[in-house]
Amino acid sequence: MTDTHTEPAPSERGGPPLVEMRDIRVAFGGIHAVDGVTIDLYPGEVVALVGGNGAGKSTLIHTLAGAHPADSGQIVINGVPVTIHNPRDARLYGVEVIYQKLALADNIDAAGNVFLGRELHTRTGALDDSAMASATQKVMARLNPRFKNLKTPVKSLSGGQRQSVAIARAVHFNAKILIMDEPTAALGPAETAQVRELITQLKSEGIGIFLISHDIHDVFDLADRISVMLQGRLVGTVKKSDVTKDEVLAMIIAGKKPGDVSLDDIAKLH
Amino acid sequence: MTEGATPAAPTQGPATKRSWKDVLASTEIDTRLLGMIASLLAIWVAFHVLSDGSFLTARNLWNLSVQSTSIAIMATGMVLIIVSRNIDLSVGSLLGFLGYTMALVQTDSVIAFFGLDLTIDGLQDKAYVWLVALAVGIVLGALIGSLQGFIVAYVGVPAFIVTLGGFLVWRGMIFRTGDKQGQTLAPLDDTFQLIGGGAKGSLGEWRSWLVAVLACAGIVASIYLARRRRKRYELAPRPMWADVTLATLGCLVVLAGVGLVTNKYISPITEDPTGIAYPVVILIVVTLAMSYLARRRRFGRYVYAYGGNPEAAELGGINTRRTVMLTFTLMGALCAVSAAIQTARLNAAVTNLGVQNELDVIAAAVIGGTSFAGGIGTIPGAVLGAVVMQSLRSGMVLLKIDSPSQDIVVGVVLVTAVAIDSAIRLGRKRLALASLVAGLIISAIIIQTGRA
Repeated sequence: MTDTHTEPAPSERGGPPLVEMRDIRVAFGGIHAVDGVTIDLYPGEVVALVGGNGAGKSTLIHTLAGAHPADSGQIVINGVPVTIHNPRDARLYGVEVIYQKLALADNIDAAGNVFLGRELHTRTGALDDSAMASATQKVMARLNPRFKNLKTPVKSLSGGQRQSVAIARAVHFNAKILIMDEPTAALGPAETAQVRELITQLKSEGIGIFLISHDIHDVFDLADRISVMLQGRLVGTVKKSDVTKDEVLAMIIAGKKPGDVSLDDIAKLH
Repeated sequence: MTEGATPAAPTQGPATKRSWKDVLASTEIDTRLLGMIASLLAIWVAFHVLSDGSFLTARNLWNLSVQSTSIAIMATGMVLIIVSRNIDLSVGSLLGFLGYTMALVQTDSVIAFFGLDLTIDGLQDKAYVWLVALAVGIVLGALIGSLQGFIVAYVGVPAFIVTLGGFLVWRGMIFRTGDKQGQTLAPLDDTFQLIGGGAKGSLGEWRSWLVAVLACAGIVASIYLARRRRKRYELAPRPMWADVTLATLGCLVVLAGVGLVTNKYISPITEDPTGIAYPVVILIVVTLAMSYLARRRRFGRYVYAYGGNPEAAELGGINTRRTVMLTFTLMGALCAVSAAIQTARLNAAVTNLGVQNELDVIAAAVIGGTSFAGGIGTIPGAVLGAVVMQSLRSGMVLLKIDSPSQDIVVGVVLVTAVAIDSAIRLGRKRLALASLVAGLIISAIIIQTGRA
């Protein structure tokens, strides 16, 4: 296995990175799910986090989302070290997450889900459902104009519509840092295309996106850089323009950096 | 129902053919609740016919309203507990314990608080002793509920186990409250007795009319305000005809309830129209407050979100443990309210007060459409569920059916109601119909063979 240091951040970007996660470690029992990983993310950039099952991608990103604490390591946002104990903390720093299983309350309508945990209320402290429905309608008009079912529980929506709700949540609250955990895993081709379009749009608005994906095509279409993990360690971070799909696959499966991959290794992959 | 339920562009389109389902959906009325009301009316009519016209009388309906209150009040709390994927088996015992504690304040001037018995000389003779008793009961109920909720939410013991423990603990504690060792405590304070209803414990004629008029004003105002809010946010309002129908129907039901039932029932003691009984007033207030909490406050939204998807609620930044604990706190306080009604009605505290109430309360919530899968259930539904159960029991009493047979029928209805509900949820209409027919046939046989 190769050394686990990242490449230096691309200096041509100028300005500090949006997020730096330094030397993050998470252990479950005796198993190091994440073992000293360092990655970073710049504004308007998509960094794909790839690796096989159990590579530690989700666990790593959960520490940034506040879903699970890191045992050690440092998270720096806009140059300032921060501590994130729970999802509420993460949101304070503009971190929004779209989870693989979408994390929607099925029995509640779209507006209720968009504002879950951050409800708008009237002066008397009652829920302001009309205001939330209205705001949701506005966000939806931008994301998915065909979306009309504001009042039905999200259980009865299609996968793509549910995804729209999850994304609307992030967009409405002005995410600076967006984490997308397998955003297209549950979607059909048309809906996948829609999500891809959306990622491109959000990126152009200066939002930094961590994209966790199994789909190497998604990764190559959308990402600027690719960080590869294997067994809790970072194999390396590469610029998409510098590598081929085969090289990335070699990193994912064999844990070898592009320079170390021999033709033999690639032959074995196929 | 997914597409039609949206308040899409109002009915402007010329000659748009809309099925009755779409029309119903556009009114945004809870169809399940509608179905329950229909079943309740069917039960009433059936018993009225079977009992040769003695069910739908002012006297019987007035009694029915009073008898439903205790279970209905607790059922509103049980809904939130079941919605958040828990259960409370301790409510019957807790009711007994709280009733006994409240009675002790009135008979012995003793405030019993977990063994710290505080005697206040002369308290039992004070005019305000009923308020002290009520406050002690509600505070103690909330504390005990919080304790159970804390163990469920923060210690992580399953609610079934915690409240099974509570079921034993609080029934046993009755015998260790004060130094009475479970002797019956009676009589209770005169004012306290009014909480239980009865001839004096009612609003009387003109106050009942006043309540009815205020209720009508409230119905119209809330429908109007909801309409205005939607307009302000440029959301499509509910069709005008639906709002008008709803307001009219609501007012008619209220006025009929007062005019044809509560004020038609002439008290055998005072020989005046009785009016709405105090426990029914309490039930109405509790139902409104709990509905508001469940639908219009964050707490309620969090309860439902947690029940629908605990993980999503957690990731949404909701303090889920606190939310779960608070559902038990509320349940404890509501047990105290029901305990006050039951002891006041009996004018005594006895050790077996509230025995088996936990089962009736859970049954009421479930008949009212609350799902054990979590996330689904409404407060008005649970109240209706309690009324359905009480209607079955009092109808069977009129038919002179013995109490074991009553239990059999209530058990059959409970299972049938849930079978129908889940069949409809799965879209299996024939299964729902089959369940309904099977339940009806079995109930009819038991009622027919159980008639004395």
